[in-house]
Amino acid sequence: MTEPLLSVRDLRVTFGTRDGDVCAVQGVSFDVREGETIAIVGESGSGKSVTANSLMRLNFGSDVRIEGQILLNGRDILAMSEEDVRRLRGNEMAMIFQDPLTALNPFYTVGNQIAEAYAIHHPNTSKRDLREIALQSLQKVGIPEPNKRIDQYPHEFSGGMRQRIVIAIALVNSPKLLIADEPTTALDVTVQAQILDLIGEMQQEHGSAVILITHDLGVVAEITKRVLVMYAGRVVESASVSDAFGAPSHPYTLGLLNSVKSLDSDRHTRLEPIPGSPPSLIDLPTGCPFHPRCRFAESLNGECISVIPEMKAVGNSWSACHLPVEVLSMSMKDSQ
Amino acid sequence: MIFFVLRRSIFAIVLLLIVSAFTFWIFSALPSDPAALTCGKNCRPEVIEANRIRLGYDKPILEQYGGYMKGIFTGRTYGEEGAAIHCSAPSLGYSYDRHECVTTLIAKTLPVTASIAVGAFTLWILIGVGLGTLAALKRGKWQDRVATGFSVIGVSFPTFFLGLISIMVFVIWTGLLPFPQYSGITENPWKWMTSLILPWFVLAVVSAASYVRMTRNGILEVMNEEFVRLGLAKGLKRKTLIVKYVMRAALVPIVTIAGLDFAFLLGGALVTESIFNLPGLGKLTLAAVINSDLPILVATTLVAAVFIVVANAVVDILYGYLDPRVRAK
Repeated sequence: MTEPLLSVRDLRVTFGTRDGDVCAVQGVSFDVREGETIAIVGESGSGKSVTANSLMRLNFGSDVRIEGQILLNGRDILAMSEEDVRRLRGNEMAMIFQDPLTALNPFYTVGNQIAEAYAIHHPNTSKRDLREIALQSLQKVGIPEPNKRIDQYPHEFSGGMRQRIVIAIALVNSPKLLIADEPTTALDVTVQAQILDLIGEMQQEHGSAVILITHDLGVVAEITKRVLVMYAGRVVESASVSDAFGAPSHPYTLGLLNSVKSLDSDRHTRLEPIPGSPPSLIDLPTGCPFHPRCRFAESLNGECISVIPEMKAVGNSWSACHLPVEVLSMSMKDSQ
Repeated sequence: MIFFVLRRSIFAIVLLLIVSAFTFWIFSALPSDPAALTCGKNCRPEVIEANRIRLGYDKPILEQYGGYMKGIFTGRTYGEEGAAIHCSAPSLGYSYDRHECVTTLIAKTLPVTASIAVGAFTLWILIGVGLGTLAALKRGKWQDRVATGFSVIGVSFPTFFLGLISIMVFVIWTGLLPFPQYSGITENPWKWMTSLILPWFVLAVVSAASYVRMTRNGILEVMNEEFVRLGLAKGLKRKTLIVKYVMRAALVPIVTIAGLDFAFLLGGALVTESIFNLPGLGKLTLAAVINSDLPILVATTLVAAVFIVVANAVVDILYGYLDPRVRAK
């Protein structure tokens, strides 16, 4: 087997706050192979965006401590100098941001911003070439009339168009790894599908691996093969999309699935939201962080309350749960 | 863009007309009689009445305003043949108290005020924006504390207090500087410098204080913007990111305030000029208030208004140039 493109080992991210240290990510590990798409899902505050930002060391201006290993092509990003990381950013790894309305610099034309992204990593490019590159990028991401649009400012574009430009900026250097942090959350539903298609197309063209951060399970099913489910700063399940959605091996994943409606579900079945809300990271419950919201927790003699579950193989998936697999699959059948 | 500038300029002219009419009306509505001021204390009513007619104060206010406006463009002759005094265009009136054309008085005092304003403004922008940027970049460190401490002290000191203290320290106690005695820059540049250096610093310290806070907060706010994070994610160097992304965005609102502050200062630094014995517009205005010298008051008010209105227009046009989002409308 070839070495993965990205290999994250025991990632811990701690923020220093007035109320003490907050551990937003606690021991996350995963691999991404070249050209592969994986999804990281979870509720707000589960640590998925923090994980994404840490991959590029983008936790700008905050009092933050990142530990563990992030190996990109075998080189540890966390051990690099700031200057070395800078050379990687936008070049070998790029990011698509959540809100296209605020992600573009309002003071420069979009052409200028795309060209800048290229020029940073190709310093001796002539102005004419840069313009040509920006023009082609705009064309590739499907901006109509690129000749005219290239000299316009971000505020002259719609949200969907701006996200296309953000994508153009991210892909102008054909990065090996593309991190998409909730790229469709801020967009209209009709535009969401277009943007996802575009990310898929671009991935094909550039051969980039994609880490898609989202809380939208529909999006996950649509474009990825592997999914990491995060809860309270930990990965609780790692599985192929078909396994995770067909036979989830963690009660939290099951809960997520039961709280969305699918087209083929019976009109009269009610959605089953997960009770309660995600725990505060400052004051995590003991044992399994999910136990206060887990409907199976009581069936195990207090193990869930006292012991943090380790990741273990369950069929083809990995899951961090004390519960025997059979119990979960039984209940899965019950609900269907 | 040309349309924007054109529209903004027309608006400024209309505004100036309104301001001038309003100023003129306010001062003629004052209870003090301008005609009575033209001859000494023991004046016979007949003389006052004659002067009133001679000066045109008996005419309806609109006609007086018309004459005044006409004088600005064509010049104006006050009084009759024998004792006639001609003030050439732009004539802003004649001061009977000082026996001089108001325009001449303003032409004498304005360079003084301009010298104060330009020097102080340059200093305070340098200090204010410089310290503010430093404070933001070193947030929470000692540089930040020093800068914000300076800003609190600067804000709490009134100009006159700081002015008097600085004269005491630098002129009287240590003798580092001679007592301020203004001289034109062309006549005696050294004397010009030494007379202005204290007022520059005093005004700069007092005004820079708020600029420190504005700059600091502006930069910190912009740093949290998503587009700055995108700039970082692109691989921009920290320095480029700060200058091209953060400062660029943070300084736009400061330009607006700076422009207006500068214009306000050009209208006369009343307190500073009095303390440092500088014969500028502010001192001229102050003397005119004490002597009820209406023609001067109308003129200095108008001049100050012109500065503010022009600065407003310039700032608006500049804003449109700096921020593409404004240009669009």
